[in-house]
Amino acid sequence: MATKRLKESPSQTAGPYVHIGCTPNFAGITGVYASDPGATMLTGATEGERITITGTVFDGDGAPLTDALVEIWQADAAGHFGTTNTGFTGWGRCPADQSTGAWRLDTIRPGATGDGAAHITFWIVARGINVGLHTRMYFPDDPKLPSDPWLSLVEDTRRETLIASQVADGHFHFDIHLQGPNETVFFDA
Amino acid sequence: MPRWKPKVADFLYPRDRNWHPAAHFPDYKSSILRSPQKPLVKAPPSPSEDHGPVFGHDMLGPLDNDLIRNFAAPGEMAIGPRMIVHGRVLDENARPIPGALIEVWQANAGGRYRHAKEGYLAALDPNFGGCGRTITDDEGTYRFTTVQPGPYPWPNGPNSWRPAHIHFSVFGHSFAQRLITQMYFEGDPLIPLCPIVRAISDPAAIDQLTARLDMDATAPMDALAYRFDIVLRGRGSTPFENRSEGN
Ligand SMILES: [Fe+3]
Repeated sequence: MATKRLKESPSQTAGPYVHIGCTPNFAGITGVYASDPGATMLTGATEGERITITGTVFDGDGAPLTDALVEIWQADAAGHFGTTNTGFTGWGRCPADQSTGAWRLDTIRPGATGDGAAHITFWIVARGINVGLHTRMYFPDDPKLPSDPWLSLVEDTRRETLIASQVADGHFHFDIHLQGPNETVFFDA
Repeated sequence: MPRWKPKVADFLYPRDRNWHPAAHFPDYKSSILRSPQKPLVKAPPSPSEDHGPVFGHDMLGPLDNDLIRNFAAPGEMAIGPRMIVHGRVLDENARPIPGALIEVWQANAGGRYRHAKEGYLAALDPNFGGCGRTITDDEGTYRFTTVQPGPYPWPNGPNSWRPAHIHFSVFGHSFAQRLITQMYFEGDPLIPLCPIVRAISDPAAIDQLTARLDMDATAPMDALAYRFDIVLRGRGSTPFENRSEGN
C-alpha cells in the first residue's frame, strides 16, 4: 500500500477524574446524559444465562483502586459479537466504588467463539495507568480451557490469574492485581 | 500446544509500545504501584479484539458536544474563553474512521474539576459540568465546543502542575483500538514539565498530542479553534510473531 503510515496517538492516563467523562451520572454530573454509557448490557430479551461478575482492582501494595474504571467486551450466548443480538450490547462499563474499589457487572455468560474457550475481555484504566490494560476472564468450569490458544501463550503458573472463581450460582468473582505475586496477566494483542 | 492460526492479511498493526508512555515512570508517582511488572503477553488478535461495540448517533443529545451549555442552567453558559475543538479520527493507514465515539472531560476555565475528590481551591463554575461526547461522521471528522480549560496543581511532587488539557476516550471499530489519551495546547510552557507527558519519551509522540490553533476554523467574534487529529490502530498484513512472552 502506497499510503503513508501514521503513528497511533499515544495513550495518556485516564487520571482520577475519568468518571466525569465516562460515567458522569455516577460522578454526580446529572442531566447531561440520560444514563451512563455501558451501565446496562442487557437491553431486551436475549438468550443466555444471566451472570454477575464482581471484583476489585488492587495495586502493588494490595490496596484497592477506588478510582478505576473497568470495561468489558464479550460475545453473546451463541458466541457472536456485535449487532446480531439486539437485546444485548456486549459492552459494559463500571466504575469502582469510591470507598471500597468493588465493581460489579451484570451480563450473560458468553458462548465460545471459534476454537477458543469462552471469555470476557477486560480493559482497565485509572490514575497511574499510562496505557489501558487488557486482560481476559475465563470461566473455571469450562472444558475448553486446556485447548484455549491464548491461555497456551501464558506460563502455567500464571494462568490462574485469568480464571474467575464461582462464588454462587451465576456469580463469578474476578480480582485484578496490577503487581505482586498474583499479578494478573495483561496482553498486548 | 494449540496455536492460533492467524490470517495473513488484514491484521491490526501491533502497538508500538515505545511510542506510548512507559507504564512505570517514577516521576509520575501513581504509576509506581499501578504498572504491571511482568511483560505483557503478546497474543494474536482474535474475534474479541477484532470486533467492538457500535454506537449510533441516536444516542447523542443535541447538547452533548456543547460543553458550554450542556450543564448550564437554561439561558446560561459556562465561563471562560470559548473554543471549538475539531479534527479527524484516522487509522494508521490515514483512512478516516466514521462512527467513532469520542468522550471528553476537562477542568473548567479555572482548572477545577467537578468531582468529589477534587482538591484545588479554584472556583467551581455552576454552569460547567466538564463532560461531552460526539461521534465521527462519514469522513471521520468530529467537533465540539467548550471553554479553554485551565492548568491545575496536583499532588505528585511538591509543586506539580498539569498543562491545560482535555481528556479523550475513543472507540474505533475494534476493541483493540480502544484508546484514552489527552489533548494539550500548542505553546503551553507546562507541557515539557509534566511527568504524565514525559512518560512519553519521543518528542514527536508528545507533539502528536498537542493541538494546533486553527484560525481557519474559528468562529469570528465567537470562538477560537484548535485542531486535534486522533490516530487509532490500523490494519495491514503484519503477521503475528508467535512468541510466548515478549515486550
Ligand atoms: Fe485532567
